[in-house]
Amino acid sequence: MNFLIGAFKPACNISITFSDGKSRKQENGQTVMVPLFQSQENIAGKISIEPFQGKKIEHNGVKVELLGQIEMYFDRGNFYDFTSLVRELDVPGDIYERKTYPFEFSTVEMPYETYNGVNVRLRYVLKVTVSRNYGGSIVEYQDFMVRNYSPAPSINNSIKMEVGIEDCLHIEFEYNKSKYHLKDVIIGKIYFLLVRIKIKNMDLEIRRRESTGSGANTHVETETLAKFELMDGAPVRGESIPIRLFLSPYELTPTHRNINNKFSVKYYLNLVLVDEEDRRYFKQQEITIYRLQDS
Amino acid sequence: MIADGVEDEEKWLAAGIAGLQQNAFYMHRALDSNNLRDALKYSAQMLSELRTSRLSPHKYYELYMRAFDELRKLEMFFKEETRRGCSIIDLYELVQHAGNILPRLYLLCTVGSVYIKSKEAPAKDVLKDLVEMCRGIQNPVRGLFLRSYLAQVSRDKLPDIGSEYEGDADTVVDAVEFVLQNFTEMNKLWVRMQQQGPAREKEKREKERSELRDLVGKNLHVLSQIEGVDLDMYKDTVLPRILEQVVNCKDELAQYYLMDCIIQVFPDEYHLQTLDVLLGAFPQLQPTVDIKTVLSRLMERLSNYAASSADVLPEFLQVEAFLKLNNAIGKVIEAQPDMPILGVITLYSSLLTFTLHVHPDRLDYADQVLGACVRKLSGKGKLEDNKATKQIVALLSAPLEKYNDIVTALKLSNYPRVMEYLDSETNKVMATVIIQSIMKNKTHISTADRVEALFELIKGLIKDLDGTLDDEVDEDDFKEEQNSVSRLIQMLYNDDPEEMFKIICTVRKHILAGGPKRLSFTVPPLVFSSLKLVRQLQGREENPFGEEESTTPKKIFQLLNQTVETLSNVPAPELALQLYLQCAEAANDCDLEPVAYEFFTQAYILYEEEISDSRAQVTAIHLIIGTLQRMHVFGVENRDTLTHKATGYSAKLLKKPDQCRAVYACSHLFWVDDQDNVKDGERVLLCLKRALRIANAAQQMSNAARGSTGSVTLFVEILNKYLYFFEKGNPQITVAAIQSLLELITTEMQSDSSTPDPAADAFFASTLRYIEFQKQKGGAVGEKYEPIKV
Repeated sequence: MNFLIGAFKPACNISITFSDGKSRKQENGQTVMVPLFQSQENIAGKISIEPFQGKKIEHNGVKVELLGQIEMYFDRGNFYDFTSLVRELDVPGDIYERKTYPFEFSTVEMPYETYNGVNVRLRYVLKVTVSRNYGGSIVEYQDFMVRNYSPAPSINNSIKMEVGIEDCLHIEFEYNKSKYHLKDVIIGKIYFLLVRIKIKNMDLEIRRRESTGSGANTHVETETLAKFELMDGAPVRGESIPIRLFLSPYELTPTHRNINNKFSVKYYLNLVLVDEEDRRYFKQQEITIYRLQDS
Repeated sequence: MIADGVEDEEKWLAAGIAGLQQNAFYMHRALDSNNLRDALKYSAQMLSELRTSRLSPHKYYELYMRAFDELRKLEMFFKEETRRGCSIIDLYELVQHAGNILPRLYLLCTVGSVYIKSKEAPAKDVLKDLVEMCRGIQNPVRGLFLRSYLAQVSRDKLPDIGSEYEGDADTVVDAVEFVLQNFTEMNKLWVRMQQQGPAREKEKREKERSELRDLVGKNLHVLSQIEGVDLDMYKDTVLPRILEQVVNCKDELAQYYLMDCIIQVFPDEYHLQTLDVLLGAFPQLQPTVDIKTVLSRLMERLSNYAASSADVLPEFLQVEAFLKLNNAIGKVIEAQPDMPILGVITLYSSLLTFTLHVHPDRLDYADQVLGACVRKLSGKGKLEDNKATKQIVALLSAPLEKYNDIVTALKLSNYPRVMEYLDSETNKVMATVIIQSIMKNKTHISTADRVEALFELIKGLIKDLDGTLDDEVDEDDFKEEQNSVSRLIQMLYNDDPEEMFKIICTVRKHILAGGPKRLSFTVPPLVFSSLKLVRQLQGREENPFGEEESTTPKKIFQLLNQTVETLSNVPAPELALQLYLQCAEAANDCDLEPVAYEFFTQAYILYEEEISDSRAQVTAIHLIIGTLQRMHVFGVENRDTLTHKATGYSAKLLKKPDQCRAVYACSHLFWVDDQDNVKDGERVLLCLKRALRIANAAQQMSNAARGSTGSVTLFVEILNKYLYFFEKGNPQITVAAIQSLLELITTEMQSDSSTPDPAADAFFASTLRYIEFQKQKGGAVGEKYEPIKV
């Protein structure tokens, strides 16, 4: 049996280290901590290949690729690479002992952020391939994360709207901005113009709408990330209820619009009024979320 | 169903408490291990118990108080947490992450309190934020409790003047603004409670609301405690804002409670200076609000304030408090046409009390109030409402109590007009009050006009008013009333005989209208009052100018004669007889023989014609004898006639002992010690002998009837008479006569048939001792007694 185990064992151990790996900020990937980059950074490091003792590796060349991939869960195994950079590390030959190759991708354009959604994943990965004629190539992956920061938008209008059901309920609500950064606070108020129904309470929900695919194959997944009670009890005409919702406790991402024609992630504020018979009256407004550089 | 409801509520409360305690336990653990995250989590869960809608306010309060205690611990923890380096601003944000609004806001208020204490932000900003955020709770009960929590934790942190949280200029405005806003919101919630829920539970809701009212009122109390609220600020900001809320909420319960609250919590001088504004709000209140009680309390407070110190009175004058109140009451009554008459009277009664305290010198004000009251009462007939009449009594008593002087009240022209509206029963009560006031204060009523006015006021007691049935009147009460009237008559007095005579005439006029039942009570004091005047006139010098005086004793006696005569209708012959005799004696002192004779004649006629009861006859005859004995004005002829008659009457009494006693009493008619012309020893002896005969006859009668001779008392009494005249030097009374009488008595006492009588024995023994004593005295008396052998 030992022989069998030996047969499936990789012939070598590949490790990828980033040049500033110790100082670079780590982010929680899906299960492990991985280094964090942003677009236009140099991604450099070393790759060392160490054959198991006494063995030599015969190869047709060693290369490292930087891949930006979009993976649809309903279309498993089908990755779409929107970025692919290659560095040849070695010409074909034999490796007898540990061998280290430095690599560098400079000012890599990584326009999209890493994203783990319900139906879609966008990830960045370094892929080292030791090509062999027989026994298959040896491949090693190293994930890393990308986050891109936006400046505060120059135009950021408030959202203000009057809605209602005729002769039943008229409200006017206002959110102070239409674009919020991830640690922002939503300030606003709801003004009751007409109340003829017995309202029990009012919540503000943050909803994420992830749509994947296009055309007939579009999949839309909506999650409620926050349910924040704004009001308890029945207001009367003329009442004005304040809103102050801190975004920091919620796991939000920036808004992604039509990423490579594959998917979009949008955020909505959903104002929900519930009456005594548990009927829900709501109004949904899209907001844009962006990542502001931590100062 | 209802019992089930209560039981269920108990269950829910128990469940709520259990949930609260469990989470509090975890919270404590988190606090002990300085685990902020868990502390927030469990405290929010704990506070979630307060989200219940199932409890009545009363039960909810119980739950709230438990949560309140736990929040104090949490607050301490937050304080320590900031000391350990956690930024208060972060904490302030952190608690706002809670998804449920109620726990979130409780936590926010708690951290807010620490925030203010840390002084990292101006108190006013934090407070403003808190009071704004609390708008999120629109459920009345939960909102009221939350806001009351806010009021509670912020109370000692208001940026008041002199407070450590005072910021830059004018922060007291912020403090006031904060409290006012919280008050306004709480009141809105409180009022809203009334409108929510089914109509059939209206009463229950009102009860629940009353339980919660102090939560709202507390804000006003806090306002009144803010140092920085001076008169100007109160006038310009605080009061108008409160009133605006009160008026606009259009809720009966709230308006009543809050108006009362305003009156009770703010200082009197503020009320005085803002009367216009405050009173202006009253007519705008809902028509069902019990304005009279509130206004009455206001006036009561102001009255007490006025009474507290004389220094404040000018303020009242300066702001024309009376006029304003009077106007306001007028407007309120106008605005509430349905107000029961009781309410109207209560209002006027309070106003009267007020004006009496504040403007004791302005009788016209008091009269004005009474006048307004009369106008309101006119056209309503007599009052039926028990409470209303009671209120009127209070209204009418107020001036009496204040001035302690009915004379002042008599100047109030509207006073009697108000009394018109009382039923006769109450009229009597009021009259009694008036008389008592006069008695207590010994008020001197000295002119006929006032007497006239006074009797007009108390006419309920003086005569029968329409519609009173005699049999309804309790005998004792009636006596009590009439006695007080008699006392009153005695109090009317003037030094000037002319005026006094007029007073008497006035009183006479009134009491004669009182009917037979009253006369026996009212005539005697009038007679004595008149006799007093007679004595007064008699003591005067003759008028040196010889002018015709209108008031002469003669005239008075004429009047008296007519007055006493009225008693014959009652009839009260014994009383009349006594009064005639009194008059006769007075006439005697005035040397008016014919008048005295006339009075005696009247007395005799009464005796002969009216007094038939033997006991009454005995009393009467002794009175006649006594009075006649003192008369010195009569000439021999008149005197003879009268004494003869009296002796005759005496001998005709029914019982022998009475006859005997009356006859020996008659002996004095013939021997007056200080009148030399009346010393007829012969007739004295005759009387005594006759008395002895009668005594003897009595003895025999007794023997015949009962088999035993009666007591010797009569003999001893006669012996005493003998001794008296003997001592006075009546020549007809001899030692021998006395001696034989002594023996007679001794024999009688030793006789077998005599009944032992210790009293008589003692009497006799002491008489003997007296003789012995006189003997030993020596001198002329001793000599005189010497021959008598005992």
